[in-house]
Parts: sequence; C-alpha cells; structure tokens
Amino acid sequence: MNWIRQIGRTTLDRVSATGRAGLMLFGALIAPPSIKNIPLTIKQVYVVGVQSLAIIIVSGLFIGMVMALQGYTILTDYGAEGSLGPMVALSLLRELGPVVTALLFAGRAGSALTAEIGLMKATEQLSSLEMMAVDPLRRVVAPRFWAGMLSMPMLALIFSAVGILGGHLVGVDWLGVDAGSYWSIMQSTVDWDKDVINGVIKSLVFALVVTWIAIFKGYDSIPTSEGISQATTQTVVFSSLAVLGLDFVLTALMFGIE
Amino acid sequence: MDYLVNVDNMTFSRGERVIYDGVSLRVPKGKITAVMGPSGIGKTTLLKLIGGQLQPDSGDITFDGDSIVNMSRRELYQTRRRMSMLFQSGALFTDMSVFDNVAFPLREHTKLSESVIATIVSLKLQAVGLRGAAQLMPSELSGGMARRAALARAIALDPDLIMYDEPFAGQDPISMGVLVKLIRELNDALNLTSIVVTHDVTEVLTIADYIYILADKRIIGEGTAEQIKHSDSELVQQFLRGEADGPVPFHYPAPSLQESMLGEEV
Repeated sequence: MNWIRQIGRTTLDRVSATGRAGLMLFGALIAPPSIKNIPLTIKQVYVVGVQSLAIIIVSGLFIGMVMALQGYTILTDYGAEGSLGPMVALSLLRELGPVVTALLFAGRAGSALTAEIGLMKATEQLSSLEMMAVDPLRRVVAPRFWAGMLSMPMLALIFSAVGILGGHLVGVDWLGVDAGSYWSIMQSTVDWDKDVINGVIKSLVFALVVTWIAIFKGYDSIPTSEGISQATTQTVVFSSLAVLGLDFVLTALMFGIE
Repeated sequence: MDYLVNVDNMTFSRGERVIYDGVSLRVPKGKITAVMGPSGIGKTTLLKLIGGQLQPDSGDITFDGDSIVNMSRRELYQTRRRMSMLFQSGALFTDMSVFDNVAFPLREHTKLSESVIATIVSLKLQAVGLRGAAQLMPSELSGGMARRAALARAIALDPDLIMYDEPFAGQDPISMGVLVKLIRELNDALNLTSIVVTHDVTEVLTIADYIYILADKRIIGEGTAEQIKHSDSELVQQFLRGEADGPVPFHYPAPSLQESMLGEEV
C-alpha cells in the first residue's frame, strides 16, 4: 500500500508546488512596473542576456556549419544543393534557433538564476528585504523574469542569424554552392509570419517557461547547500524537458495542421 | 509601563511539530528585552512571527497596539518600516558596497536627495565605526564588521524596534564587546526598543533590562538579570550555568544502550 500513498503524496506535492509557482509569478507581475525596477531589469538583461552571447554565437555558428555540411551531402545526391540556403534558414528559424537557445539558456542563465536566488534565500537576503518592507517578489523576481522574457527571443534570433552565416561559410565558401542561389532561394522561401514570427513566438513561450522554472526553483529551494544544488539541477532538467515537450506541441499547432 | 510588542497566548507549529504552545511576552518601550533559550528552540522563529513573516496558529501579536496577525499586506509593509531586524549572517546584499547597503532602505522608502542620503549613511556608519569601510564590498568584511554594517543598515530609517537575531554568535571577544556596547548605546541614544535573541548568557545579562527564557515550547523564566540569576527553576539554572545534563537531557531520546547493543532479552 506504501506505493499508493507515495503516488498520492507526490501528486499533492506537485500540485501544491505548481500553485506556489503560480502565486509567486502572480505576486511578481501584478504590480505595475515601477520606474525603480527599470535599471534593475537592464542589469539583469546584461547578466542573463549579454553574458550568454558568447555561448549562443559559438553554438549558432557551429550548428549552422554542421547543418550546411550534412545538408550538402544529402542535397547534392539529388542535384538540389541550391536549396541549401532555405534548408539551413528554415531549420534554424523554426526549430533549432528557439529550441537550442532555450536549452543553452536553461544551462547557462537558468541555473545561475536558481543558484543566485537560492543563495539569497540561504543568506537571509530575501528575509531581510521583507523586513525592510521591500517585496522580494517585485525587487528580485520581477526584474529577472522580464529580463529572461526580453533576452531569449533576441538570443534566438542572433543564434539563427549566426547559424545562417555559418551555413554560408561551409556551403558557399568551402563547398562551392552558388552564393546567389543560397541567398535568393532563402529569401523567396522564408516567410516572415510563418517562419520568423512563429520562431519568435516559440522563443517567447520557452522564455516564459525556462525563466519561471529557474526563478521558482531558487525561490522555493531548501536553503542549504544540498537544497540549492538540487534546485539548480532540477532547473536544468525540468526546463529542458519542458522546452522539448512544448516544442512538439507548438510545432504541431503552427506547422502540423494546414 | 508602555509596551511596544505584546505576544499574547501565541501558539505556532511547523507541520506536526509544535514550536510554541501558549507563549505570552511583553516588550517594554525604550528597553532592551532579551529572549534566551537553547539552540533549536525557535528563537529566530519568534522574531519572524513578530515581524509578520510567519503567522501564528492562534493567539495574537501586537505592535504598538496594532495586531500584526490581522494586518493586510499593505499595512504590514507600512508597519515594517518602523521595525528592523539584524540577521545572524548580517544578510548584506553581496552585490552592493557597504555604503549602498546602508543607503538601500533610504533609497527605497524616502525621496531624499543623494547628498542627504550620503550624509545620513556616513552618520550611521560613523555610529558603528565603519565610516572608513563605506566603499568595501561585503565579501571584504570580517564577520564582526559585516554585522556592524548590517546594524548601520538596520538603523538607517530610525526604526522604533530593532530585533537582533543571535548578534554575538561566532564573534571574537573584541567584536563581541563592540556589539554589546553598540546595542546598549544605540538603544539609549536613539530611544529604540530592542529585542535580543541569543544564547550567550554572560553578554545578555550585562545589557538586558528584562529577560525571558524559552524552553520546552514555553517561557520557563522571566525577570531582570538579578531575578534570573536567583531563579529557583532547575531548567533556568542549568541554562545559566551551561551544565551538560539536567532537565534538558544530554542524550537525544533513545532506547537504553544496553538494550540496543545486547538485544531485548538481556
């Protein structure tokens, strides 16, 4: 009978954690944005966005290069290497840009957010904010949430742009695909609304989920070294799984049903 | 006598575990009240209850006549501007200098110009002897200095009540002496009311005007330092003398050693 009790307890824990996560986000976002929070948000955009640029650019470049190489070997069998440009661009804009950026963001910025907020809790900084009559949800959570929401779509677009340039480097400069067809077929195939905007929407959804999980895991962590390390790991695991699962749902909604 | 904080028949538990069972205590205005008790008894919890960070299961807690328990969130935040707390770790914001830490409550809650804030911060830091350390980061401070910097931040808004959570824990004798002196002097100079939660008996007996001793989910002794020293409660005497065994047992409850080593048939 123990396992039945265990299932019940786990379910209750999950439901109550979801409730707490919802309340936390509600508490952080219900307040009208205050002018005092703007510099804090800009600082967080620097921390979670600008400082993630290096990993995003390097990953984007390599993924674009690998895609061009793989795509070329397959397309050339059919004499269709002219379609390399749209293949690289569509894969990046629709899928790899938002998804890989979200996964990298979870590992690079999400884990840092969880650890930072968890340590603020462990060192009583959150309690001391409350005792100073400053709401930690508005002061700590809200700026980090908005920074994540602002940064991730921009990082995803940068990732795709660099990936397309990486594809050009391998496909055109190395393997000799015609530069004109690489760009012009890409231009005529890629649709602004269907491909670019849908990619940005995906990225916004991932930003919401990853940032929310990261902040909540830190805010709700057990304030010990073990608790924070566990929370950090959970942030990366949960947000990666959520991103991959949601990607399927969003892809089905956006591209699956014509 | 006028009382600033009044805890009335308060009960509080965490899950199944009862922390307080019908605790009542009163904190007189302008005085230093100490709350002593063994580690793990929930002394910090008491401060969080007074600060409204936790809600009691039953009973009431009032601050200057207003019930903390029944306050709306907005009222609670308004009330907290009149109280402050010195956390055991100091809880300085690690991404700000000492100056910015002390200026933080002023910038959050007042519309003072930066030059006025700079003057106030300098005065507060001067009071704790750290004016020269204004530009240091918290990581560059010793434990005692961090606590003094946090104290400067705690008095930045000139609160009515200041709560000290284990202010002497882990301090060397000099820092301890400095903190004892500061708590007494600030209380008298700024006409504060102080609650000091601690288990450092010697220091507290020298500065506290009134003392409560907590153990076993309730208050087991109270009075002035003299009254406490002459208390006839065995528990109070064990605590004051620091005896290893007594009403608070040395051993955590367990079956007898003989029984667990040799089996029940012995």
